[in-house]
Amino acid sequence: MTALAWLVPAALALGALGLGAFLWSLRTGQFDDLEGAAYRALEDDPPEEHPADEDRSEDASSQNDCPDKERR
Amino acid sequence: MTAEPAALRKHEGDCAPATLTLAVDDMHCGACLRSVERAALRVPGVDTARASLAAKRLTVGYDPERADEVDLIGALDRVGFAAAPLEAANQDGGDARQKYLLRRVAVAGFAAMNIMLISIAVWSGEHGDMDPALASMFRWLSALIAMPTIVYAGEPFFVSAFSALKGRRLNMDVPISLAIILATGMSLYQTMLNTDQVYFDAAVMLLFFLLVGRYLDESLRVRARGEAQNLLSLQNGIATVIDENGTQRRVAAKSLLAGDRMLVAVGERVAADGIVVGGTGQVDQSLITGETTPAPVSAGTQVYAGTLNLTHSLEMEVTAADDATLLAEISRLMLAAEQGKARYRVLADRAARVYAPAVHALGLSTFVGWMAFGASWDTALTYAIAVLIITCPCALALAVPAVQIAAASRLFKRGVMIKVPDGLERITEIDMVVFDKTGTLTLGRPQLVGGEDIADDMLASAAALASSSHHPYSRALVSAAEARLGAIQPAVDIEETPGEGLARLTSDGQERLGSATWCGATRHKDDDPLGGEVWYRRGKNEPVCFRFADILRPDARETIAKLKRRGLGVALLSGDRDAVVIRTAREVGIADALGQLKPADKIGWLEDRAREGHRVLMVGDGLNDAPALAAAHASMSPANAADISQRAADFVFQGRSLAPVVEAIDTGCRARHLAFQNFGVAAAYNALCVPFAVAGFVTPLLAAIVMSTSSILVTLNAARLAGGKRA
Repeated sequence: MTALAWLVPAALALGALGLGAFLWSLRTGQFDDLEGAAYRALEDDPPEEHPADEDRSEDASSQNDCPDKERR
Repeated sequence: MTAEPAALRKHEGDCAPATLTLAVDDMHCGACLRSVERAALRVPGVDTARASLAAKRLTVGYDPERADEVDLIGALDRVGFAAAPLEAANQDGGDARQKYLLRRVAVAGFAAMNIMLISIAVWSGEHGDMDPALASMFRWLSALIAMPTIVYAGEPFFVSAFSALKGRRLNMDVPISLAIILATGMSLYQTMLNTDQVYFDAAVMLLFFLLVGRYLDESLRVRARGEAQNLLSLQNGIATVIDENGTQRRVAAKSLLAGDRMLVAVGERVAADGIVVGGTGQVDQSLITGETTPAPVSAGTQVYAGTLNLTHSLEMEVTAADDATLLAEISRLMLAAEQGKARYRVLADRAARVYAPAVHALGLSTFVGWMAFGASWDTALTYAIAVLIITCPCALALAVPAVQIAAASRLFKRGVMIKVPDGLERITEIDMVVFDKTGTLTLGRPQLVGGEDIADDMLASAAALASSSHHPYSRALVSAAEARLGAIQPAVDIEETPGEGLARLTSDGQERLGSATWCGATRHKDDDPLGGEVWYRRGKNEPVCFRFADILRPDARETIAKLKRRGLGVALLSGDRDAVVIRTAREVGIADALGQLKPADKIGWLEDRAREGHRVLMVGDGLNDAPALAAAHASMSPANAADISQRAADFVFQGRSLAPVVEAIDTGCRARHLAFQNFGVAAAYNALCVPFAVAGFVTPLLAAIVMSTSSILVTLNAARLAGGKRA
């Protein structure tokens, strides 16, 4: 019986932890773009350095290579 | 919303950063996402860029002194994406409401789980060996979790019920609030008395399921609104303004003022109504009048926004909205059409109107009945609460939103966007489909016809010449050549004679592409007057004719046949010439076709049908269709339609195919069917359980089981609609 004295608070605390984590992720925008996040995880090249302001040229890698983009 | 990815910030300068949200068209995959973000980051002065694939938007943090929205739009345009700024005023209201509800769903879910954990322990020990003191402690624990949850998570219902009562109305939130407040209050009282009629678990679970329904409903609304907003923002576009001292600058079209001088380049759409002050040429007004043949313009001609400039750059003076213009007439007609249209009441509201009084009556009569039979007031009240909890429209509140969100995601995967959520209900009631011709049944862009007869090398060199021009015939020529021969190398050193054609010197003499006279051809007598033609001549050789026509969407005939098989009437209403309209109607198999209609005639025709008891689905794209789209019972327009038409339509569909029309009707009907099935499930549960509740046999355990199973069943049933893969 005395086990309940700490089991119940522990259960509640764990639940509250999960709730807190969810509310935190909601507030920081983790759920804003569920589709995009799936692709971001697959991105394998390192984050690009912020380009120097004089460099405005478009390099080849910036060309869009989406397979289902409809060209108009 | 703040510029959230603070980690991406590169500059620590003391500039005051501004944020801007842009709608970005055609962003489909991870590669698109990356190129959009990189293109934006490459603009000097841009600190952060974060694109959202779900919302098709890009949020940029930038230094307003070094960058502006025109730079960004230009940078995105260079990598092939159309973008436009969203109006900041109405950006995030719906989003905030959605998060507000989601937070409450989370809290209610947490509370419901934990209370259930405790309740199951109490129920299983009820008539056995559980220490009464322990049971009592568990009930107090439940109360401790439930009370703050009810106050926090119940807020949306209490607020709505209060405002309904203040306006002397009854809505669904009144019995919901009553059930929750009474159940919680009564349970607290019973906990103090130490009896076992404690309903904390049922009250919190009720709240949880209802909130899920509300959240789904709101998220559909937010998505529909967001997509509509993206569409409208993207069509606003950019215009080139010539200042008094002759310098040109690019501005957002919505900031144009009457009296501004505007330069419209070849191939651009006119951004605002205006009068031509310099230049002559031809413009394509098919979006406005439905007329496919280019119209000549010169100084003094009135040109409307949405007109495509074909041959020569024009200088225009922007005019203010004038009562005499076509657009003003269209707006007046639309306003009248929208006012005349009876306010459609959504299915869920109609159900609630019947249901809410019934629930109140049932609860009240249970209480009065038990009092009359001599039960104590608290027993009678407990039974009445059980009735309220059982009948509370948990499944009912989920039934429609769950189905609608499933239907919306199904349609979205197939390229149809729902702009008005109740459009899905209205489209099921139609018995007639009316099409516009140009741009709806047809692609609205000229295509090369009979190209098979032309030799490959002729096609290739004509296309090489044409690739420097923005004229729709040139574009059609190039795309036909690319489809047959692969990439075309553009020719260089081309001379253009406006209104006539293109010329270039080669080793075997002069190459010419343009009108018949330009190429020295004698016009064939049996020429089809409905299409257009372009001639090509190399040196002294015989000139070759390329013929163009606005062809039908590839599956137009098939789609019309499918609609007819469903027993729907099909008609064609167009502003184009009778001869063209009748020929098109015959090609797709429509018997009922009318041409040369003005916008008011179209409305008149629709009103006649409405008087005969028909309900019409209008499918159209032009400015001249907008009033008819607003007047029809339900309406659809393609994604390349005039913006005022897209604003009026309930659905917007993408791509070259017309199949989305059938798909939308199908999905609407299936959604309606599933919604009624769900109502059936909910009603069956009520019919089964209410007698027990009235008789006082419902225990807290039974209430909890009944409520959750019916809700889960309804959700699973709705999910059947969402299946299927991307078209």
